[in-house]
Amino acid sequence: MHIVDGALSNPVVIGGAVAAAGGIAMGLRSLDLDRIPTAGVLSASFFVASLIHVPIGPSSVHLILNGMAGLLLGWAAFPALFVGLLLQAVFFGFGGLTVLGINTLNIALPAVLAGLVFSRLIAHGSPLQGAIWGGVGGAFAIAATTGMVAFSLALSGDAFLPAAKLVFFAHIPVMAIEAILTGFAVLLARKVKPELFVKGAVA
Amino acid sequence: MAHVLGQHENTLVKAGAQRHGAINPLDPRMRIVMAVVFAVVTVAASSLTALCAALAVSLSLLAASRLPWRKTLKRMAMMDGFILFMLVLLPFSMPGDPMFTLWGFPASWQGFWKAVEIALTANAVILSLMVLVGTMEPVTLGHALHRLRCPEKLVHLLMFTIRYIEVLREEYLRLRAAMKVRGFRPATNWHTYRSFGYLVGMMLVRAIERSERILDAMKCRGFSGRMLLLQDFALTRKDFVFAAGLGALCAGLIILDLA
Repeated sequence: MHIVDGALSNPVVIGGAVAAAGGIAMGLRSLDLDRIPTAGVLSASFFVASLIHVPIGPSSVHLILNGMAGLLLGWAAFPALFVGLLLQAVFFGFGGLTVLGINTLNIALPAVLAGLVFSRLIAHGSPLQGAIWGGVGGAFAIAATTGMVAFSLALSGDAFLPAAKLVFFAHIPVMAIEAILTGFAVLLARKVKPELFVKGAVA
Repeated sequence: MAHVLGQHENTLVKAGAQRHGAINPLDPRMRIVMAVVFAVVTVAASSLTALCAALAVSLSLLAASRLPWRKTLKRMAMMDGFILFMLVLLPFSMPGDPMFTLWGFPASWQGFWKAVEIALTANAVILSLMVLVGTMEPVTLGHALHRLRCPEKLVHLLMFTIRYIEVLREEYLRLRAAMKVRGFRPATNWHTYRSFGYLVGMMLVRAIERSERILDAMKCRGFSGRMLLLQDFALTRKDFVFAAGLGALCAGLIILDLA
């Protein structure tokens, strides 16, 4: 969900950039030297995960997995996802430059919220319970991201309102898929590496 | 975003690293700064003449860079499905003078021109970004951002991401190949979603274990968090000529927009 340059009004772009800078600063503060490699490798993993196409009916969707990023990274999801968006814009022409801030905010803020709310729930109980909470977290993050994208469009002008609504409803299947995949990913992680979620966010 | 990359195309390895063309010898720092200046000026412009001129500037930068035309323009035009959708919807959602009616829905000229305006801005900015910054080696981008006083930890994170994207992508392809060998064929069913979920989970677990090994290796070599930069950047006359030229064009765009 990359908004392009020129679509949003100036206050939205500037507000988004300021908020994203704040989030990135928070994230960098939470990263000490020992956690930089983990955050960096995870950031690369989420970049690669966004290349995975999952079939849905006759079409397919690509994964965003920002909920999972928030669960594993906490506030560090902000700089990690920002780096991914920057690389996508510069080397693949995806997204835009002045909208980097608002795009980061729309993807990373739901990630951080999902991490804050769900990471503790995922660590407790049986792996299946953890997986269900993981699924809820994954769905929440995508729903919030879509909602924020729609909201930033709607804030920029009433003319975007119909498109914004449609974007939100068109993404409901994506939310379901992200929820299922995040759930299974958490299930596997809980079984294979149980200590992963116990100490909370890795970085 | 995978549709941007072909099946066999490397993610970042082949990106950047342009060896010839007029853009390559320029200082990376200057290229980043000028790309930002150009983007801000273009986004601020609103008249169609100014935006067409901005796109013309981007196209001439592309010509100077000697990047392959077709591939670059294809990437430039690539947008999220929903943004395209929004552009198509704009004439119908914006009130104004009627242009035509489709199934009883009136389309307006105002909405149409707004959509054209957004498309021109988006393409002009992303093309200039790809030509000016995307032609660098990814690692050079990290060094240049560091020299431009980006937070050191953010640059570290960027460098790690650049380094490991290709490694992890190869791991992903290995896992996919293993699934294929066992007869996995993706479809819309529970089995597919469970397999993809496990795939993602496995990739993340392996990534974290890999990062632990990386940290150990770095500590073993006395990593203290300081950036050691192998490249020294120096501004030359060429860079100032380039900056002055592009700066003048940006000023011209502003004047064109106000006129």
